Amino acid sequence: MGDAKLELMAHLMRRAGFGASRDELERRVAVGYEETVEELLHPELQEPVDYHEFLRYYPLWWKAGTMGGNGHAGWVWRMINTKAPLQEKLCLFYHQLFATGVAKVDHYDEIEDMIDMFREKGLGNYKAILMEIARSPAMIYWLDNHENHATSVNENWGRELLELFTMGIGNYTETDVRECSRAFTGWTLIHKLPRFHMGRFDWEFEFRPEDHDAGEKTFLGHTGNFDGEEIVDIILAQPATANFIARHLYSFFVADEAQVPAWSVTPPNDPEAVQFIADALMKNDYHIETVLRMVFNSAFFKEALFAKVKNPTEVVIGTLRLVGDTERPSPQTIDWSFEITYMGQDLMNPPSVEGWHSGIEWINSGTLMKRTNFVAELISEHDRPGVARIIDRLKMVGESPEAIVDACLDVMGPLEIPTDARRELIEHAESLGRFDWDNNSPLEGGAAKVSEILQLIVSLREYQFA
Amino acid sequence: MNTVVPYADPLYRDYRPIVNVGEDDVLILDDQVGLHPSMGPIQKMYQDGDVAIIHGVGYENSPRSHFRSMDIWHTCEPDSLGTEGWLARVVRDLDPTAENVVTAVSMGPSLFRALVGPNVPVATVENINSYGMLTGLTPEEKLSRVLSRYRRMYSPAIGTGPVMDFLGQTGIDALKGADILAAAPANYTSDIEYANSTIADKLKGIAQIHMAGLGSRIFYCDHGGFDTHADQINTHTRLWTEVSTAIRDFFDDLEAKGKADNVIMFLYSEFGRRVYDNGAGTDHGAGGVCLAIGKGVKGGQYGQYPSTKASDLDQGDLIPSIDFRSVYTTIVEDWMGLDAVPIVGGNFEKPEFILN
Repeated sequence: MGDAKLELMAHLMRRAGFGASRDELERRVAVGYEETVEELLHPELQEPVDYHEFLRYYPLWWKAGTMGGNGHAGWVWRMINTKAPLQEKLCLFYHQLFATGVAKVDHYDEIEDMIDMFREKGLGNYKAILMEIARSPAMIYWLDNHENHATSVNENWGRELLELFTMGIGNYTETDVRECSRAFTGWTLIHKLPRFHMGRFDWEFEFRPEDHDAGEKTFLGHTGNFDGEEIVDIILAQPATANFIARHLYSFFVADEAQVPAWSVTPPNDPEAVQFIADALMKNDYHIETVLRMVFNSAFFKEALFAKVKNPTEVVIGTLRLVGDTERPSPQTIDWSFEITYMGQDLMNPPSVEGWHSGIEWINSGTLMKRTNFVAELISEHDRPGVARIIDRLKMVGESPEAIVDACLDVMGPLEIPTDARRELIEHAESLGRFDWDNNSPLEGGAAKVSEILQLIVSLREYQFA
Repeated sequence: MNTVVPYADPLYRDYRPIVNVGEDDVLILDDQVGLHPSMGPIQKMYQDGDVAIIHGVGYENSPRSHFRSMDIWHTCEPDSLGTEGWLARVVRDLDPTAENVVTAVSMGPSLFRALVGPNVPVATVENINSYGMLTGLTPEEKLSRVLSRYRRMYSPAIGTGPVMDFLGQTGIDALKGADILAAAPANYTSDIEYANSTIADKLKGIAQIHMAGLGSRIFYCDHGGFDTHADQINTHTRLWTEVSTAIRDFFDDLEAKGKADNVIMFLYSEFGRRVYDNGAGTDHGAGGVCLAIGKGVKGGQYGQYPSTKASDLDQGDLIPSIDFRSVYTTIVEDWMGLDAVPIVGGNFEKPEFILN
């Protein structure tokens, strides 16, 4: 019944971005699917957001130091306004994967630096990202590598590098963890005393040769005087690594999977798709741009409509991009970033190094209420340009309740819902009486009535999926 | 140290020459310690035998980070990053089949992590008067029309696959919780005029839900702004005035209705402050103080006020004399009547501040 090209474009934009308005979708369909994928993969061709303009109004949100909740406001503003949504979506992907939080780091600036690195290098080679992460002061402190000395090895970073960032549990021995950690001894950070009580000076990576164990190591069957980078090369040559990263990409971009700690015991839902991504990683030197191109153009991606529960960032950013009037820097930015927190995703403060549990675990009665109320409220604000455009479109379909409901579902997705849910919506529309588009009353007018239908639609279970 | 003040300790004024509680201002509890002058209502309850003060609460190797320290208090996992809250485990023990969606009520915009756990329904109430699904809809008539449709569309909740089933059940639970809680303010009247502060609003909301007899056993709320690195003297006074008067109003309200006997209130912060003042305030420290208040509490002081001798400080901070999980153990075992070991993650000594 629907327009397959439009549905597919909407799917691509939900996954590779934060959704798109109907106008944008139609423009993109006219350009073409593969062409849109290319555009998304080339953020450098888009005009970047004017971050300095934002900071001119809200300088306190730059380098928020230790001030709770303030650190991610700038990132939220970028996500709302970017013309290169995949670039920010990838930041979110890597932030979930290399989950690092102020809970321990207590220094927003360093985590912001990490996000900036994801923005700059996210489409490049995974190795380059890993090496940046290994030298990231926030990560070093988060996983105690500053306590990893030639004379006394601290295995925290070495273990998580293998367990969470590359291979996954079950593919290496405890000896490998030890040897890997030895290779990163002396990779530490330097810092100065803070500017103020609430503030922090920048931290910097420092390699201390005198604290580095340059001795011989035997790691995953290879023997040599490895340092950290050589260890990473050995790790990346393992098929297990490609499989593990493939599963992360699949779980984030294609369809919800079991939570990460269960991966060693639960096979992928679609083993062939994960294998396809793993092979692509191996063949292309873990070049993420190349692999994402293959994913977005694959059949399994195109068939995975609504196979993911939206994460809180997607709910908030997607809604704001849809309703519009969000371009100017505004004090509301911080409120919006807190909404994401209230829905269970305190950005830059994940609950642990494992990242957030995603998929259906985003939902509890409190968060479901927050999600529903947030979207329902914004979608009813008729003076927002995005909402006004939606209502203009709905006016075109006339007064038939059935046609209006279908048009609402279409413009909000397009969204496929079960027959009985659609029947409920139609009954509801009928119960509201005539949709009189010439009547502008906030209670009785056509726009008011259609707004009620839209609010019901965003409350649907089906609307929780991306 | 500026909350429960060791006023008789000569070192106190040496450490805090500027940011201190004046000798004539302290509200004396005994010959060693007294309370901050804005804690008059707490002093009165202490004199009535309803306040337990537990000195020197904390844990080893305080990270002095708000976030990490709150995580530790929430999860009882000081050595690793825990993801399940200790109170969620309490809720699960109290209501294993998740029958009552308001067994625990989190008063704030998001769920406190102490209450987060798999299959533990918790109502998250920012404001009891506007709590509910789709509350932005007005007028009332429209809201009830939309909600009844919502209910129909979420039912049958079961039978369309595990993810949809779970969503359906959660939506119905959320509505049920909102319906249950909506009755609370409607059936509530009180002669007590609560003080004007956000903490008083929260405690009033808690009183309303408690008095409605909905089977709620745990209420969680917070009051912020105690991170007084600067301007501590004014800020601390304002904060403790707000908290003390709100607590007084809350218990007065409950007592007037004969509903105070089965309530205790537990107060904590993630850490105490550095012993030396910084000229305007105090920085993050380690050992701190906890209070338990209510008719069920055996009033008095528990544990040891940590030594203030310079040689006994750890990086300028008081070394905790009792683990926070000890205090939790007392509450879980002696008040809730549950086995504390799996909830707090081990065996801890138990200060006996609950009346038998």
